Amino acid sequence: MAFDVRLRINDKVATIELSGELDASTAGEFHDTVSQAAGAGAVELVIRAEQLGYLSSAGLRSLVVARQKMGDEVRIAVVGASEPVARTIRLAGFDHSIDLVDA
Amino acid sequence: MSTQDIRERIDAFPTHRIGPYRVRAGRPLPYGATPVPGGVNFSVYSDGATSMSLVLFERGATQPSAELEFPPEFRIGSVYAMTVFGLDAENLEYGFRADGPFDPARGDRFDGVKVLSDPYARLISGREVWGREPDWDNVYHYRSQVLNDDFDWGGDRPLRIPAEDLVIYETHVRGFTRHPSSKVSAPGTYAGMREKIPYLRELGVNCLELLPVFEFDELDNPRTDPVTGERLYNYWGYNTVSFFAPKAGYAATGPFGMQADEFKSLVKELHKAGIEVVLDVVFNHTAEGNEQGPTISFRGLDNATYYMLTPRGEYYNFSGTGNTVNCNHPVVRDFVLSCLRHWVAEYHIDGFRFDLAAILDRAPDGTPLPNPPLLEQLAHDPILRHTKLIAEAWDAAGLYQVGNFPNYGRWSEWNGKYRDTVRRFVKGEPGLVGELATRMAGSPDLYQGRTSSASVNFITAHDGFTLADLVSYNDKHNEANGENNNDGASDNNSWNCGEEGPSALAHVRELRMRQMKNLLTILLTSQGIPMILAGDEVGRTQLGNNNTYCQDNELSWFDWGRVETNAELLDFSRKLIAFRHAHPVLRTSDHPTGTDRVGSGYPDVSWHGVGAWAPDWADHGRVLAMMRCGRHAKGGTVADDHVYVAVNAHWEAHDLELPALPDGQRWHLFADTGTAVHPVGGEPELKHPGRFHLGAHSAVVLVGRAAHPTTA
Repeated sequence: MAFDVRLRINDKVATIELSGELDASTAGEFHDTVSQAAGAGAVELVIRAEQLGYLSSAGLRSLVVARQKMGDEVRIAVVGASEPVARTIRLAGFDHSIDLVDA
Repeated sequence: MSTQDIRERIDAFPTHRIGPYRVRAGRPLPYGATPVPGGVNFSVYSDGATSMSLVLFERGATQPSAELEFPPEFRIGSVYAMTVFGLDAENLEYGFRADGPFDPARGDRFDGVKVLSDPYARLISGREVWGREPDWDNVYHYRSQVLNDDFDWGGDRPLRIPAEDLVIYETHVRGFTRHPSSKVSAPGTYAGMREKIPYLRELGVNCLELLPVFEFDELDNPRTDPVTGERLYNYWGYNTVSFFAPKAGYAATGPFGMQADEFKSLVKELHKAGIEVVLDVVFNHTAEGNEQGPTISFRGLDNATYYMLTPRGEYYNFSGTGNTVNCNHPVVRDFVLSCLRHWVAEYHIDGFRFDLAAILDRAPDGTPLPNPPLLEQLAHDPILRHTKLIAEAWDAAGLYQVGNFPNYGRWSEWNGKYRDTVRRFVKGEPGLVGELATRMAGSPDLYQGRTSSASVNFITAHDGFTLADLVSYNDKHNEANGENNNDGASDNNSWNCGEEGPSALAHVRELRMRQMKNLLTILLTSQGIPMILAGDEVGRTQLGNNNTYCQDNELSWFDWGRVETNAELLDFSRKLIAFRHAHPVLRTSDHPTGTDRVGSGYPDVSWHGVGAWAPDWADHGRVLAMMRCGRHAKGGTVADDHVYVAVNAHWEAHDLELPALPDGQRWHLFADTGTAVHPVGGEPELKHPGRFHLGAHSAVVLVGRAAHPTTA
């Protein structure tokens, strides 16, 4: 499945919908979208991951990059990640940087 | 300068083309593979190679996707450096191929057929899942990978716990949570260990010393269990394959190449819990072994530089493993220093314990150096400035430097003499009262002029009997190792308390429990840095095997069921550790002198026997009591109580006369290994203020302070 990223901003809540595979080749596109959300002054970032089929190490790091771009005050939630994706996030310890939320 | 500006740097553009690959001359430093704008910079050293190639693989592919020979103009000195643009670093595995003479008599063992691991590789693939059998026909087993060192450390910073305040807990990443009873989400991994941090906090240790975590191959042991025929492993990991890479098989996320992040998360969380991390590092030898061993990296890049060789080009073997790293060669010194800096800067490691460290002070021809440059350099390095440096101050060729390891005011030592003295005294050997006193006082005979934290006190370690086995076996039982019980130490100074191995006899079991508590009591009340072997606090047994280097099974693993079944010993250990933390007088860094330096009316340390102020130094003596005057704590700078510790290694009880305390103070009972242990601060006052009945093979810890309403 081809990678796709969409951004919506409603009342300072930014929602990024991801689908396909987030890896080294697509992480740049995700980073750019996060920058847009940060630039728009979002106070919360929701990353919808239900349609995300695969998350590589570069993809995982890009979630941490999102954390750093948005700043510590902004809540970042990854919603609906599949169990393998969520488990990898937890085991690598990245769940300390973001909130993992069931869909 | 913005990222965009960096992308427009002149050196972000290729100048050469090798096949489809765009490249330019790289930077010689740092060595290894480093992400740079638009590409990856590769740098490798070889003095004797006649040609050098960078070999690229797509991740997991059996055959290389490309081989890029370094053009002559890409070599500076003996360093080959090249930036390759447009690589997908995440799916890249790489190595080097060095051609040159195969002339062992001159020290050269180049092999142009082999793909070699990068000695500076930050990640290694090929062994991501512990114990999984690889394809042995693979042309390249330990594959170097590129790592982005971009972990989010948040506000993490070194704890800098004063050395004398440490309580070290020595453990093994896999063994700590591999047992099914651990109930962690990923048993045997860094992530699993992270889930056990609450246990460590409750135990009270503040320093975790991890057996080797540099990438090694657990499958490089050719032996099998002589009874079951099952494979034996290189379980401990003292056979490094790659010194800059964390062991991928210890990471639940290793298959995704996330081992560095997972390990860093563990360190970060340990720091949050107030626990430092010390790594057991093995620079004395490598996994390449002797001339029969595999060519993995160093041997094929520059054998004569990296290994100590005889004048005829044979390997010196001061490590007992076939080869010896040539640590005081300037190139190798640089390698060791870079490696340790890497672990401190990138992984926030707080210290290192050096396996067979005596080798680090040998010259390239093997002779011990009076002023070994590597040790001096490590002691004064700006990045390592506040890390703990701990030497196993001996090697396998008879160089024994306990007490005189070149220390530059920085190095501590595993105190093997402490271990032997305490073991022999507690088992009841005569003639040791005087030496026990010296060991409990921080071994001033060995470390005069240094702080007492020069002495890392230990009774058990991964190498040897566990605490429970020390009091349950007279002899080692290593048959499962497949070497006819010839491996492992034979001088264990152990005593089985009357029956060899597990015992159903109540009096034997009770005596063993007391002996374990006696040993722990001495350890936690001695001056110096105490080190506990993981599991000793719950009586972990290896069924008499004192060399479980190859046993990846229940012999080695921490059985968490013991937390319940051996709650008594765990409770005792926790309280004893808490007692040490509560009493700075036990953690003073200066050696006590036996004099009154603060006008308290008491010497900083005094020695007693059955009679107060009457130590019995005679050969037949088996009772020793030590009193520490709290007014001398930390050189008289902090307030503390008097602490009195008496050990009776005799098979008969004794009525001890207690030294008198200052006016208004009374002795309170913290622990009697034969009866009870009390919470710190809740110690009841003794019914009889001037004496104490100490049972056979028992120890007592009393604390002297103003009278308390309850009595014992």
